[in-house]
Amino acid sequence: MNAEEIKELIMELSRTVGISGSEDEAAAAVSGYLERYTSQIWRDRLGNLIAFKGGQNDGAEPFSLALVAHLDEIGAMVTRIEEGGALRFTGVGGIDPRILPGQPVQVHGKTVLKGVIGAKAPHLLTVKERREELKFEDLFIDLGLSREQAEMQVRIGDLVSFDAPPVAMVAGNSLAGKSLDNRAGVAALVICAAELAAVCHRANLYFVASVQEEVGLRGAITAAYGLVPDLAVAIDVTHGEAPGLAPPDVFELGGGPVISVGPNYHPALTRRLEEVASADRFAVQREADPASPGTDAWVIQVSREGIPCALLSIPLRYMHTTVEMLNLDDLTNTGRLLASFARSLDRPFVEGLACF
Amino acid sequence: MFLEKLSNLPGVSGDEGAVREAIIEILQGHPQLEWRTDTTGNLLVRKNGSSSPSRRVMLAAHMDEVGLIIVSIEKSGHLKFKSVGGIDSRVLVSKRVRVGREGIPGVIGVKAIHLQKPDERKKPFKEDQLYIDIGAKNKEEAEKHVSIGSYAAFDTECLSFGEGCFRGKAFDDRAGCAVLLELLREKNSLSFDAAFTVQEEVGLRGARVASYTLRPQLALAVEATAAADTPDTKKEQSAAVLGKGPALSFMDRTLIVDRGILQSLIEAGERTQVPFQFRRATAGGTDAGAIALSREGVKAGVVAVPCRYIHSPCSVLKESDLQDTVSLVRAWLEAIA
Repeated sequence: MNAEEIKELIMELSRTVGISGSEDEAAAAVSGYLERYTSQIWRDRLGNLIAFKGGQNDGAEPFSLALVAHLDEIGAMVTRIEEGGALRFTGVGGIDPRILPGQPVQVHGKTVLKGVIGAKAPHLLTVKERREELKFEDLFIDLGLSREQAEMQVRIGDLVSFDAPPVAMVAGNSLAGKSLDNRAGVAALVICAAELAAVCHRANLYFVASVQEEVGLRGAITAAYGLVPDLAVAIDVTHGEAPGLAPPDVFELGGGPVISVGPNYHPALTRRLEEVASADRFAVQREADPASPGTDAWVIQVSREGIPCALLSIPLRYMHTTVEMLNLDDLTNTGRLLASFARSLDRPFVEGLACF
Repeated sequence: MFLEKLSNLPGVSGDEGAVREAIIEILQGHPQLEWRTDTTGNLLVRKNGSSSPSRRVMLAAHMDEVGLIIVSIEKSGHLKFKSVGGIDSRVLVSKRVRVGREGIPGVIGVKAIHLQKPDERKKPFKEDQLYIDIGAKNKEEAEKHVSIGSYAAFDTECLSFGEGCFRGKAFDDRAGCAVLLELLREKNSLSFDAAFTVQEEVGLRGARVASYTLRPQLALAVEATAAADTPDTKKEQSAAVLGKGPALSFMDRTLIVDRGILQSLIEAGERTQVPFQFRRATAGGTDAGAIALSREGVKAGVVAVPCRYIHSPCSVLKESDLQDTVSLVRAWLEAIA
């Protein structure tokens, strides 16, 4: 894929909606891309989107690599319809309520309804209220509808997504928008699949867009169990540099994909990723994770008899906001590095993973 | 009406050029209209109806909106800003802006919630913690696109939604501008002056100059006023309600409305059965305050379109209120002609 196609890809994936537990729309969009480069595509019982492409292992015992990126995004859910027609809501996934006032949203009721998140007007706040942070209970969604109208269109439990279309920045080859966590990772899967389309590789490949990561890494649990890959790489986002933050908490935008090291990751996989990056001249960064950074790799590692895992991350500024920002070179190189990694694998390497 | 078109344009106080140009374009080709601009950037339009007016009447709506101005560029390429006009910094978090005349896209991000300590999460973000990010790698790259003094406006696309509502930025006071444009473009016998003013949000500055020039005897500011007919606010605390027509002011921080004007507005509404309400608040100020003190003094009043979440990236108003405001002001102009 060229730079323009990659930009189009990530913008389309950012625009699509797939809040944890309701990832169908996003899955359809991703499927449209992956089916071009894979031979088989399906969704498992929990909703994980899985695309398969066989390897050419020249008679040796086959082995498989799963590349896993979560498909779901954070959002909100309607909890109550108020007297005047405004909706009360709660978060799905980790949302900071302070990003919400004045935020355009879409409520996925009988139809998609446009709305905006409101809060008590600033000039009516008491001095004490001004000093306090906004909580979900202080906020509401205004659909411009009366209660009767709202009740006809909306039910408790309907989902709310951010109406924050992606925007290409003029500087830094970057892009901002909602749900780049983790459509960026999913886009990297697509880029990787495209890279490998006309290339020989020994590993059987599973491209997995997993569901319900934001509410507890759930899709990856069943996907790993169902596919039983010999090894896996999770692709997610990590924190990008931003004002008020400093290394080691954050990584440079444009500095390349971030390879994680720590107990969650098999040292031989980490090493192989770094070797491949060095051989193919990809700039990479290194993140030390003493515990779970909260990615699919955490549950995949302990699936069944254990699955060796690595984590490759794309630096992302302002994670879990509606203006998440990434660098397009980081995204592209993450996809390409994954492809180089997949091509580098052979049976002896896989066998070596149990004794290191 | 032209609300959508006008709302989408940037026009932070002191940088109203794009709005002014759009309004002039809309005025083109109307034989009853003539206009000029002044040194502050006001656009003064005269409508020459068939009747010769007994009194000089001025309608005013301000073109400017609250926004941001870049005050420094950090080494990291982030832009430090101050607000222009009254903005509650809490509405800036996680929003998009357009910087400068070229409309460079920028975002106002904050530290991810994962990286905030528990006590950090308990405080609202303050303006000095916020930056605009245009994606620049460093100061040098940022300086290619923006300079200190560049303005930034909210980047929210106006659209109709709900039951005849609009959602968008800068309805305060593009709503008033849209009302004036309707009244100017109608073919009728009315004659009046319309001032599209600048810098209302930083102290009613354009209106002061415009009214000196126009020397009106009667003046009406057409505004957008804060409606808080929403949860968690007591009914009596909401200055106005959506869907009940324009709000008439008695008094605000800058003006005690001329009783004669208020009475004539009420009568115009009753005579034509246009719904209206009274603005149940005395806070805030409008161009009418500056106009009232022009030269030897001008009798002035305020009519306002109720609008939720003003001074935020996304306000809400009802189209029927906009239409009713046009109708009420027209009826008033007819009555005093």
